Amino acid sequence: MNAIGQLDRSPLQIDSGMLPRPFVVRSRREEMSDCVTLELAALDGEPLAFEAGQFTMLYVHGVGEVAISISGDPAVSDSLIHTIRAVGAVSQALCGLSEGDRVGVRGPLGNSWPLERAVGKHLMIVAGGLGLAPVRPIIYWALANRDRLKSIDIVYGTRAPDQILFAPQLLGLSTTDGLRVGMTVDLADQDWRGQVGVVTDLIPSMLREPAETVAMVCGPEIMMRFTGQALAAAGVPAEEIFLSMERNMKCGIGWCGHCQLGPHLICRDGPVFPYPAVRDLMSVWEL
Amino acid sequence: MDQAAAKSISMGANGLEALISVLEADGYDVWGARERDGALVLGPIASIDDLPRGRIEQAEGGSVRLVEGPRDAFFDHTLPMQSAKRLVYPAEERLFVTGEDLLIEETPVETRPIAVIGVRPCDLAAMETLTTVFESGPFRDTRFRQRREALLLIAVNCMRPASTCFCASMNTGPRAEAGFDLALDELLEDGRHLFVVSAGSARGQEILDRLDGEAASKEDLQAARDGSRACAEAQTRRMAEGAEQLLKRSYDHPHWAEVAERCLSCTNCTMVCPTCFCGTVEDRSSLDGSEAERWRRWDSCFTLDFSYLHGGSVRKETASRYRQWITHKLAHWHDQFGSSGCVGCGRCIGWCPVGIDLTAEVAALAANDSSSGQQGEERR
Amino acid sequence: MTDGNIKSMPDILAEHPLFAGLDKEITDLLGGCAGNAHFAAGTYLFKAEEPADIFYLVRSGDVALELSMPGRGKLVVDTVRPGHAVGASWILPPYRWRFDARAVGDVRATGIDAACLRKKCDDDPSMGYQVLKRFLPVVAGRLQSTRLRLLDLYAPPADVGRAL
Repeated sequence: MNAIGQLDRSPLQIDSGMLPRPFVVRSRREEMSDCVTLELAALDGEPLAFEAGQFTMLYVHGVGEVAISISGDPAVSDSLIHTIRAVGAVSQALCGLSEGDRVGVRGPLGNSWPLERAVGKHLMIVAGGLGLAPVRPIIYWALANRDRLKSIDIVYGTRAPDQILFAPQLLGLSTTDGLRVGMTVDLADQDWRGQVGVVTDLIPSMLREPAETVAMVCGPEIMMRFTGQALAAAGVPAEEIFLSMERNMKCGIGWCGHCQLGPHLICRDGPVFPYPAVRDLMSVWEL
Repeated sequence: MDQAAAKSISMGANGLEALISVLEADGYDVWGARERDGALVLGPIASIDDLPRGRIEQAEGGSVRLVEGPRDAFFDHTLPMQSAKRLVYPAEERLFVTGEDLLIEETPVETRPIAVIGVRPCDLAAMETLTTVFESGPFRDTRFRQRREALLLIAVNCMRPASTCFCASMNTGPRAEAGFDLALDELLEDGRHLFVVSAGSARGQEILDRLDGEAASKEDLQAARDGSRACAEAQTRRMAEGAEQLLKRSYDHPHWAEVAERCLSCTNCTMVCPTCFCGTVEDRSSLDGSEAERWRRWDSCFTLDFSYLHGGSVRKETASRYRQWITHKLAHWHDQFGSSGCVGCGRCIGWCPVGIDLTAEVAALAANDSSSGQQGEERR
Repeated sequence: MTDGNIKSMPDILAEHPLFAGLDKEITDLLGGCAGNAHFAAGTYLFKAEEPADIFYLVRSGDVALELSMPGRGKLVVDTVRPGHAVGASWILPPYRWRFDARAVGDVRATGIDAACLRKKCDDDPSMGYQVLKRFLPVVAGRLQSTRLRLLDLYAPPADVGRAL
C-alpha cells in the first residue's frame, strides 16, 4: 500500500486502452431468474490472465459496454467467467447472448484482492447478494491455498432462499473445522433451514481470532458499510478489512471521471479498497 | 544561428505577421482567439487582421462582452470561450467501427500541425493538467498524445486581467514559466509597440531563430516582467487559501443547498473549463444493426445520468452535483493527480448563466466553516 | 439430555454470553428462576399471543421466529442463534409473545420464569438494571438488523422501493 492507504496500482500499460478484444460465448448458464453466468473464450485463443478482484468492460455489439467483475478461477486463464444480472440495456443484452455469440472485452482492469495478506491468517469472506460473484475468485484461490491459511469462513447474506447465487457450489463446499459457510436470508418460509437475519449478525459468532483475521467484503454499499462496522467492532483491524466498491464506469481506465468516490477513481485506484480509505466516504450524502 | 545564444528577442509589432508566415511555411495551421458573434472563440486565423486587436472583454459573473479597449494592442483581451483543450481532446470523436464479428477497426486520429497563438499561462497550465490526467495513470491516452504532439503553443503573457481572472492566486499566471514553445510579451508604451519573444522548447527556438529581431534589452525584459506583475496585482478575484482542506471538511455544509437554488445544472462551467476531462462513450449502430460505432464525447458531472448506477443516479440533487464539481476541481484533484484542477482562468464564472462564482462559493463556505483551518491543524 | 447434570444452574447462566460477567450474586438469584429446556426440531418454544411467562437463552440449535401471513404461509422473520435470547416481550406489559418461536433443529435452552425474574428485578432495582443492560443490546441489535432488512439491500433494481 502507498502513503494514502490505497492499494498499489498495476504496472503502466502504454496502450490506448479503449479497444475491445473479440471473445466468444463458450457457455451460458442461468443462475437465477435475472442472472446469467457467461464463460467467454478469446477469439484468437490468447488467454487472458487476471487477478482475483479485477473486472472487465464487456461490450455488446451496437448496444454498449458495462463493467463486470470476473467471477472465475484466477488460476484458469483460458476461459473468462462473468456473472451478470440483467439490470440495464447492456447487461440485459449480455444475459440474452447465446453460445457462439461474440462479446468485446477490455481488461482485466483495476486492482485485486490482497490475497497474500491472508496467508498465515484467518480469511473471512463476506458477501451480500450478487456480491458473491466478485469474491468467488477469492474462494477458488483460498481452496487452492488452504494449507497456507489458518481458516476460511464464508459469510453470505441474500434476499431469500431462491436468491442464493452459486447455490450448488456454495452448499457443496465440504465444511470442516477449517472451512465454514454461514448463510442468512432476509426472509424465508418454513422450508428454509438456514438463518434469517442480516449478514452482520453472523459475523461475531463466526470470527475465530479477530486480530488474526483478514476480511474481504463485497455487496451493496450499505451492506458493506455495516459489515465494515461489524468486523471492526468485533476486533478485526480496520486495515485488514477490504471492500470492493462500485460506481458508474464508462472507460474503466481512469479517464472518464464517472466512477469517482471522493478522492478515489474507483476503476484506477480500486475497485478494492482498504476499509479506512472509504469508511467515512460511504456515509457522505450523494457522494 | 547568431541569435541562438539570445534566449529572448525583441521584434516590432509587424513581426507578428512574420511569425505567422514562418508558421505557415512550416506547415502549421495557425489558430488564435477571434471575434465571432460578440465573443472570442478559438479558430483558424489567416493573418493578424483576424486577431481582435484593440478589443477587451468585460467579464463578470454571468456575462462576457467584447468592447473597445483603451489601446491598440493585439492581446489586451484574455481568453477565448474555450481553451485549446478541444484540439487535444475533441468534444466528440469516433473510436472504432465494428461489424457483428467484433473485429474492431480503430478510427485513426487525424491530426494536422496546429500552432496556437495567444495561449494564456492559465491555459498552458491546463494543458499540463490534462496531460497528467491522460498520461499518468495505468493507461496512456495515445489519441491525446498524437494530438498534443501536433500542437505548437505560442503563449502570450497577460498584461491586463479580466475581472474574472484569478490565476495569480492559483500560481498559474499571469506569466508563463514553462509549457510553451514560444512566449510573447506585448509592450505598447512611449509610442513603441513591440513583442519580446522567448523560446521554451527546441521547436520554439528553431522558429525564433528565423524571426527578425534583436536580443531583448534588459529594459524590455524588465518591462515585460513589470507588466506581468501589474497584471497580477490588478486581479480582483482570488481563490481563498486552504480551499482543498476546506472543501474536504464541507461535504455536509448547508451552503450547497443555497448554491443549488441558483445552479441550473446547465453544464456550461464544465464545457468551458480547460481542465474538465470527464467523458462518456456512446454506441451507435446502422439501421440494419450490422455495423456499430463507438464514440467518445465530453460529459459533465452536472447531468443526472453521469452518476447512474443500476437502479438510479447517485447524485440526484443539484446540490450534490455542484459539490462534486467544485470539490473534485479544488480538492480531490490533488489526491487523484497531484495538483489543483483549477487554473484560475475564470471562464466558469463568466459563462455561468446565473453568475455562480467558485471563488465566492469557497469564500462563503469558509465564512461558515465549522472548523477553521487552524483548529483543524491543532486537532491533527 | 445429560448436559447440565454436573453444573449448577447459576453456573450455566454465567456461561451464557448474555449473562457472562454478571456478579455471582445476580446469577445466583437468576438461577432460582431458571430451568433446563429441550425442544425437538419442529416444535414450538412458544406461540404468538400466549403469555410471555418463560423466555429462553439458547445454548444449542437455532430458533426461528415466525409469523403466519394469509396467502403466504408461515414466514421466518428472524433466527435466534445459540448464545442469544429468545423473546423480549416478557419485559414489558402486556407480557404476551408477538411471534411464534420454532425449534429449527434440536434446541437446548435455559428457560427463565419471567414472572419470577420480574419480581426479583422489582425487589432489587440495581439487579434489575444489570439484567436490563443485558437485554437492551438484544433489543437494539434486532432493531438495527430489522432496519437494514427494511432497505431490501439485495433487491433487483427493478424492485427497489416497491415496498414504499
